[in-house]
This record gives sequence, structure tokens and C-alpha cells, in this order.
Amino acid sequence: MLSNYLTLSVILFSIGIIGVLSRKNIIVIYMSIELLLNAVNISLVAISNTLQSNEGQVIVLMIIAIAAAEAALFMALFVVLFRNKRSLDADIFNLLGEKNAS
Amino acid sequence: MPLDILLNILLLAPFFSALFIAIIALAQPSSPKIIYSILAIFAPLLSAFLALILIYENYFNGIDIHSEIFTWLSVSAFHIPFSLHLDALSSLMLLFVAPVGFLIHVYALGYMKDDSSYPRFFALFNLFMFFMFLLVLGDNPIMMFLGWEGVGLSSYALISFYYEDAKNVAAGNKAFILNRIGDFGFLSALMLLFISIGEYGFSFSTIELHLHEMSAERINLIAALLFVGAMGKSAQFPLYVWLPDAMAGPTPVSALIHAATMVTAGVYMLARFSDLYAMSESVSLFIAYIGAFSALIAALMASREFDIKKILAYSTMSQLGYMFMAEGLGAYSFAIFHVFTHAFFKALLFMGAGAIIMSLHHEQDIRKMGGLRKSLPMLFIMMLIASLSISAIAPLNGFFSKDAIMGHIFASDAYIIYGIALFTSILTAFYMFRMLFFVFYGEEKIKAVAVSKTMIIPIALLAVGVILSGFLNVPSSFGGSESISIWLNLPDIREFLDHTTEFTLIGLNTFFIFVAIFVAYLKYGSATATREDVDKYRYQKIISNKFYIDELYHILFVKPLYKMSKGFDVYINHKIIDSSIHRTIALYYYIASYYRLIYDGSVRLYALFMVFGLSGLFIYLYFALEAM
Repeated sequence: MLSNYLTLSVILFSIGIIGVLSRKNIIVIYMSIELLLNAVNISLVAISNTLQSNEGQVIVLMIIAIAAAEAALFMALFVVLFRNKRSLDADIFNLLGEKNAS
Repeated sequence: MPLDILLNILLLAPFFSALFIAIIALAQPSSPKIIYSILAIFAPLLSAFLALILIYENYFNGIDIHSEIFTWLSVSAFHIPFSLHLDALSSLMLLFVAPVGFLIHVYALGYMKDDSSYPRFFALFNLFMFFMFLLVLGDNPIMMFLGWEGVGLSSYALISFYYEDAKNVAAGNKAFILNRIGDFGFLSALMLLFISIGEYGFSFSTIELHLHEMSAERINLIAALLFVGAMGKSAQFPLYVWLPDAMAGPTPVSALIHAATMVTAGVYMLARFSDLYAMSESVSLFIAYIGAFSALIAALMASREFDIKKILAYSTMSQLGYMFMAEGLGAYSFAIFHVFTHAFFKALLFMGAGAIIMSLHHEQDIRKMGGLRKSLPMLFIMMLIASLSISAIAPLNGFFSKDAIMGHIFASDAYIIYGIALFTSILTAFYMFRMLFFVFYGEEKIKAVAVSKTMIIPIALLAVGVILSGFLNVPSSFGGSESISIWLNLPDIREFLDHTTEFTLIGLNTFFIFVAIFVAYLKYGSATATREDVDKYRYQKIISNKFYIDELYHILFVKPLYKMSKGFDVYINHKIIDSSIHRTIALYYYIASYYRLIYDGSVRLYALFMVFGLSGLFIYLYFALEAM
């Protein structure tokens, strides 16, 4: 039973990682990160249910709350980034590299 | 009031007045001069007054005063208290340091009255008094060393007093650096003393008690090293070259520090360690020869010098040579008595010279002076008294002290040294009267300005001292009791001459001195004298150039040292140290150029690295936990 949940979690996590690495749009990257968080949440809930302990579920609730706060922060970031470059392509924001620094 | 508290006040009064003068001058630079004058005069006056009380107690009641102020250092066995001790020897030193110091302070009020750095001068002057008292009163060699270094420091600061002129700063540096060589000897001797007999305590009295526990070689080594210290401070050959240059300071400084008190510290130190020197005959004889040689070359140089203050500086060095001759031959109390009388007549000569320099608008070349006998008659009489005293004419104080030394040298069968001493004594009379005739005879070249009373009165008081102080230690051949020698109670070697020999020697000496004075008169004083004194012969040229000793030192020490530092700068500093650092930097830069390729600023690439990194970490953790 548990292994099914964990399989789902691993599948979701893999999709999330591929999303973070391969997509260029920052909003999509953000969505992939949220997917990573929720994959972890699923495995936490499943394991805590199996172990008959509520601690895992409490942690999940906290992660959801933090993710909500994160969402608010990201929305603000998107606006700022878009104002600067008129684009949300992750490859444009490469000022940290030495040869791109102005 | 208990006597030890009086002793503490005597020591600390000049220190606090120096401190207050410095604070007032820094906090309120526009304060009126009278405040500084009162502070500067009060402390030496108090010290001189207390010194006389304490010396009275010591001389008449035989009380040695001991005062322990606090424990300075206490590291297991190494216990050094900050303590003072007044015995006969330090009493006699105080007897001239305090009153002469006070008189020179009064004189300096007049001499420095138009100087813009008035408070700085008196702060340093008072500080010097404090360190000199510390040097004389210290109960252990460490305290003595503290005073020794302190007087050196204030001497340095006062030589370079007119620091706007780079020449004066160089003179100060020269004095300081040459004294470092001496201090190296002094400090090494103290360390040797401490590791040899330091476990019994380290005051002068305990050292004296345990001296015999050291081997003869160790004693010789310590005695020689201590004398190196004395050579530096008391300007003996070969460490004397700083003394003539030290005349760059204001004249009261020359009078107090470089004639009357500080330069005699070496003589005092040897007398303090006289028990040690009494056990080391070979080193003592060496000291006597160094003293004789220094006295001779100083007298020769003085007779070809034209700077009035430098003539007096050389005569100081020459007189110090007499003191070391006496100490080397075991007559410690005669040497200390000569220190005592010398302080009076030399301070008088310097103050007189300062008054002349002031009244001639800071002219120091005796060739440009002349005829001052008419315009400054008081000064002429006093300078004459001092010159007769330094030439050892009875009954002035220089006669009693110098003649005792000469008699002792003759009686010790040291005929070479006696010959040198006699010749130097004749030369002394010659160069002193050469100076006197140059300054006071002939035609007046610069119009003299009247000298202020604050300068004349201390000079007159010192002249009284010059006339009277000799009678404190009248030798037995004149029916005296030699009270000072008995009071000092140093381990003197007493040699007695029968009275006919002694009177013959005195008569001979006095006769030669009058001949020298007469020769000086014919050459420089009489109406027909040319008074030009140019170098006619080769030997005169050599003496005028001070035997080329400064040049020799320059070639021997200064130049090689300069070349060596230059070499270190180029080869060690630039080629080895700097270049190795630069190469290390280049190496890191080269490695970094490869690392830099990874960090190109692409966010997604960073995310990929994170994934790899975290995956690696988790795989490792998985296997590690499996293995547990």
C-alpha cells in the first residue's frame, strides 16, 4: 500500500525536477518547485499514516503554509523581474556569471 | 614626618610637576607663562630642600633611609620592588644633583623666556630631574636601569628640542643610538648578575654580599660589560662621539644633562658596583687606560675647537676621563668627589657660555667674539673662577678633587697614566684660557646685550659653590680630614705619598699650568696676538678634524650597515618575500580561471548542479545507513 504512494511521490518529484531543469519560463519553474514540495508532502502523509503517528501530517500542514507564503513572494518577484527585462525567460537573468556582469 | 615619605616626595615632585605642565599645556595652550614657571621651579626647589634635610640626617646621624613604594614585578623568584635607598654615595650625588638642578632651572627661566615651546622644555626638564633622582636613589640595578634609560630619553628629547632643524634631530638620534650600544652592555651585565646570584634577591646590598660566589671570569665579564654601559653614558672613547653633537640642545640642557649630572651616571654606576670592580683588577686597569686616553684626545680636540659649547663638551669628556682613571686605579671616593666638584664648575662654565651666547644674539663661534671683559665684567670674573678651578688652581674646588686623583695615580706607580694625566691637565689650562682670551680679550666685534638677573644670580651662587665646595674633602697633607672619603666608605685602595713628594707634584703641576696660561695669553690674549689660529701644520689639521673619528665610524659602521639594508631590501625583501607572495597570487588566479567556467550565471545550470550534488549526497547516505 505504502509503496504505491511512494511511487506516486517519486513520479511527481521526477516530473518536478525535469520541469525545473528543462523549462525556461520562470512561472513554470515555480510551478515545478511546488510540484516537488507536494511530492514530498504525499510521501510524508503516507509514511506518517503507516507509522500511526501524526507528526508527519503536522509537518505537511506547515509546509503548505510556507508554500503559500512563498507563492506570495514569488508573485512579487515575477512582477519585478518582468519590469526589468520585459520577459520571464530564466536564461536572460544570468548577471551572476562573470562574463555577463556589466 | 617619617624620612622615607620625604624621600618619596623628593623623587615624585618633579614627576608630577612635569605631568601637570604637560596636561595644562595640552588642555589650555593659551595659559600664561607664569603658571609653568611656578610649577617648573617649585618642584626642584622642594626636592633640593628635602635633599638637604635628608643628607643632613645621613651625614650627621648616619641614617640610611629606605623606602619601598610598591612591588613592581613579582614573577615567582623574580621579585623587584620599586624601592629607594639613600646611603652616603647617593647622598653625595643628591648633594649636587638637587641644588645644581634647581639653579639651572632658575637660569633656564631667563634663558628660555622668549621660546615658543616653553612648557615642553620645562616638562622635559622636570622629567629629567625625576629620572636622575631615580637613577641615584634606586635600590636595585633594575631601578637604576629605569632611571638610566629615562635620563637617556629626556636627553634625547632635549637635544632634538629645536626639531625644526634636521641637524638637531640627527644629533639627538646619534646620542640615542650610541647610548643603545652602551645599554646593551649594561643590560647584558645585569642579566649575567641575575642568573649568577639573582636567587638571593636583587638589591645592591644582596648583590654585594654574594659577589664572592661568582667565578673570577664571570666577575671580569660583568665588570667589562658594565663599563661598556658607562662608556656610552659618560662619553668615553670609543663611544664619545655623541657628546659634542649633543650641544645642539638649548644651553641649560647642556649645562644640566651633558655636563653636570647625566654624563656622570657612568662614574656613579661604577662606584655603586665598586665592590665588583675591586675584585677585578685587569678590567679596572683597562678602565684607567680608557679614561686616560679619552681625557687626552678630548683635551687635544678642545684646543682646536672654535664652538664655545663644543670646547666645554670636550672638557667634560676630558674631566670624565680623570674620574675613570681614578676609578680604574681604585680611588672611587676621589672619583665621586671629582664628579661633585665638576658639577659645580662645569655647570657654571656652561651657564656662563649660555649667557655670552644670549648676549651676542646666538653667536657660538669664539673667533667672532672678543673684548667682553668690559661689557660683561661680572660674567668675566665668574668664568675666570671656573676656568681656574677646572685647571686645578688652589684653593678652588677643582684643585682638591683633581689633585687627589693625580696624587693617587702617581702613588699607584701608574707612571704612563700619570704622564697622560699631567699633560692633559696642562692642556686643560691651555684650552680653557684660550677660550677665555678669545671671548673676553681683544677688540669687541659684536655689541653685547645685558644679561638678565635670573641668569646672573644662579651663576653667582654656583661661583660661591665652586669656591667653597672643595673644602669638604681637604686631603690630609693640607691638614684636612678627608671627611667625604670617610663618609662614602667605598672600597678604596689607599696609597699614601710622603708630603714632600706630594707638594713637589702639586708645585710642578701648578707651575706647568701657569706656563700654559701664559702661552695661551701670548698666543690669544696679548695686544700683539693675531688671534686667527688657522691650521698651519698637518697635526693641527688632524686635530681640528677630530682625528677623523666621525668619518672613520661612518666608513666602518654607517656605510656597511646602509649597504647591507639596501641589499636586504633588494634581494631579500623584493626578490624573495615579495615575489613569492606574487607567485602564490598568480597560482590562485590561474586555478580560478578554470573554476570560473562553471559559474556562467545560468540559473538552470546551477539547479542541475544542485540536483547532482543532492543526489550524490543521498546515495552516499543511503549506503552509509545500510552499512550501519
